[in-house]
Amino acid sequence: MIPHRLLAIIRKEFVQMRRDRLTLAMMLLLPFVQLVVFGLAINTDVKHVPMAVLDYSQSSESRRLIQSFTNSDYFDVVAWPRDTREISDLIDSGSLKVGLVIDPDYARDVRAGRVARAQVLVDASDPITASSTLSNSAGIANILGVQLLGRYLRPGTPFTPPEMPVQIDVRGWFNPDLLTANYIVPGLIGVILSMTMMMITAMAIVKERETGTLEQLITTPIKTWELMIGKIVPYVLMGYTQMTIALLVGIYGFHVPVRGSLLLMYALTLVYIGCYLGLGLVISTVARTQQQAMQMAFFLFLPTILLSGFMFPRAGMPEWVQILTLVIPLTYYLEIMRGIVLKGVGLVALWRWVAPMMALMVAILGIAMLRFKKRLD
Amino acid sequence: MSDLVVDVRDLTRRFGSFVAVDRVSFQIPRGTIFGFLGPNGAGKSTTIRMLLGILPVSEGEGRVLGFDIRTSSEEIRARVGYMSQRFSLYEDLTVLENLHFFGGVFGLSGARLDQKVRDLVEMTRLEGFEQQLAQGLPGGIRQRLALAASLLHDPEIVFLDEPTGAVDPALRRYFWERIAELSASGRTVMVTSHYMDEVERCHDICFIHHGRILAQGSPGLLKSRHLPGEMWQVRTPVRAEVAAHLSRVPGVSGAFPSGEMVRYLLDPGFDPAAPAAALSASGLTCSAPEPAEPTLEDVFVALSRKRGAS
Ligand SMILES: Nc1ncnc2c1ncn2[C@@H]1O[C@H](COP(=O)(O)OP(=O)(O)OP(=O)(O)O)[C@@H](O)[C@H]1O
Ligand SMILES: [Mg+2]
Repeated sequence: MIPHRLLAIIRKEFVQMRRDRLTLAMMLLLPFVQLVVFGLAINTDVKHVPMAVLDYSQSSESRRLIQSFTNSDYFDVVAWPRDTREISDLIDSGSLKVGLVIDPDYARDVRAGRVARAQVLVDASDPITASSTLSNSAGIANILGVQLLGRYLRPGTPFTPPEMPVQIDVRGWFNPDLLTANYIVPGLIGVILSMTMMMITAMAIVKERETGTLEQLITTPIKTWELMIGKIVPYVLMGYTQMTIALLVGIYGFHVPVRGSLLLMYALTLVYIGCYLGLGLVISTVARTQQQAMQMAFFLFLPTILLSGFMFPRAGMPEWVQILTLVIPLTYYLEIMRGIVLKGVGLVALWRWVAPMMALMVAILGIAMLRFKKRLD
Repeated sequence: MSDLVVDVRDLTRRFGSFVAVDRVSFQIPRGTIFGFLGPNGAGKSTTIRMLLGILPVSEGEGRVLGFDIRTSSEEIRARVGYMSQRFSLYEDLTVLENLHFFGGVFGLSGARLDQKVRDLVEMTRLEGFEQQLAQGLPGGIRQRLALAASLLHDPEIVFLDEPTGAVDPALRRYFWERIAELSASGRTVMVTSHYMDEVERCHDICFIHHGRILAQGSPGLLKSRHLPGEMWQVRTPVRAEVAAHLSRVPGVSGAFPSGEMVRYLLDPGFDPAAPAAALSASGLTCSAPEPAEPTLEDVFVALSRKRGAS
């Protein structure tokens, strides 16, 4: 039985949301526009990119990898430099876009069934080449990996492939970060949700403070938790709508495969949304004006996108920064979304990300609850 | 329960080092109209906010309907109505949506809520505006809507913070009629104002200035205690000069311009002919002095003068 007071708040919140057409339209268009913009920027295929190859392995395995690159039509080998220094010079001079460096241990790792590694260096000042290089290299590694995996499969032996056997790290020159649609769409959903959920809750409450309606609300018998929940529920629905729009654009516009369970994705997204709605509530207890709330939301938003692994891989960050990233909900949500969308894994595999994200949500909502007082001042 | 519905002692509120409300004490008996009178920044709104637990008390204690204002705000809020100084309903909701929303958070629902809203729309004469957004409504209608919203849950006490702050005389009259009705129906009303004339209708008045209470009591008591003499007035176009001249006459203890008049207090035992003679000797244009009804404004001027002198 939902108390009348809670219902009254929720109903009011919906009426206000409907009446603020501009905000509503923006919230609903945002995921669409963001995805299309990002998607178009990264989905262009570039073929016959001039490439240099530095093969430290000098083996049949490494030659097979090089062949996969040249057979793909995406890359043309134009140079065989002797060291990485030479590759960087070529890239610096602009005569080359991409360099492939194969580890000395490559063949040995492939034979031993370990993860074999190669690096691709790419001139990322040309983002289109860079991103298509990233996705194509990943694709090549995947195809090769699947072929190799087939070799380990023997009837009767328990088999647990650790990861894809061939991993190609793509490192951008000038711009260490690279994007692909499959990779970016799940992350973008997290980014959109974090920003809008945090902002919209903070603003909604600070606006009530600014216009004086909070003072009136305080003098009613409504309970703190009713006020908090009543404010949050409509925005949870808004978040789900945004996510659904983004997902549809990703699936139908950019052919992002969703390999895992949608139900699981929506369920875990609730925890994630809870984190940022909670942060919005916390902001609203500190900010006095809508402008302050906006600034604070941005202040939190920047580390969210920069450190969570959305823009730059966390593995490349200094250790203390990596520790910092553990209090960013998006860090976990990225892993969860990429896990569900790209790897199709379930709750068991994701638990190591889900548990800390839940802990964060409880902590954030707890702080919000403690700070959220039915008082002015 | 005692028949004092509000009972506060030495209530104090500081903002940093600034003392907004300074050891204020007063009592309000059930069913009366209590006027809280004072100029801008006197501490009226701050006091009401403390009574409702909107702002925490710095020092002192108080009870509303027997509940401690420091610990039992929720019990108090469920039983009192509050109309804040600033319009504080939702601009982007219609009149009816606002009333239904606040009715809902006060726990009303269904037919009971509908009936209550209908009654209040009628009482505050909001018919015809039901479907309009609060945003576009004229000031007077917004004030009436705010009054309606504060009465949804049949409160025992209604706190009205400057309901007549910026409204036309007709609406002021309307508000005071409603206040009288509320009191007649057994409810207690605490109303703040800085109009001296309208608070004559209160049973009790409290003058507050710079956070301190200057005087309190019924209008009659205040006049007899703080205006020990007779009030007189003269009509004149040169008010400042006449006032200055009068204050030099022995026995005239306070002369101040008020409207087209200059009013003055003649201390007991002095001859009313003396000021008149002094005026005609001065050559200033003015009518003959006539006795005047003492007003609360006279009381306030007398009080301010006394404070200024001491
Ligand atoms: N939140 C606050 N922080 C700091 N100072 C405050 C705050 N609220 C009120 N004050 C100050 O306390 C004093 C009393 O304010 P209050 O609003 O109670 O006066 P008031 O009698 O209601 O005046 P008015 O007739 O203008 O409404 C003012 O000087 C005001 O500036
Ligand atoms: Mg005030």
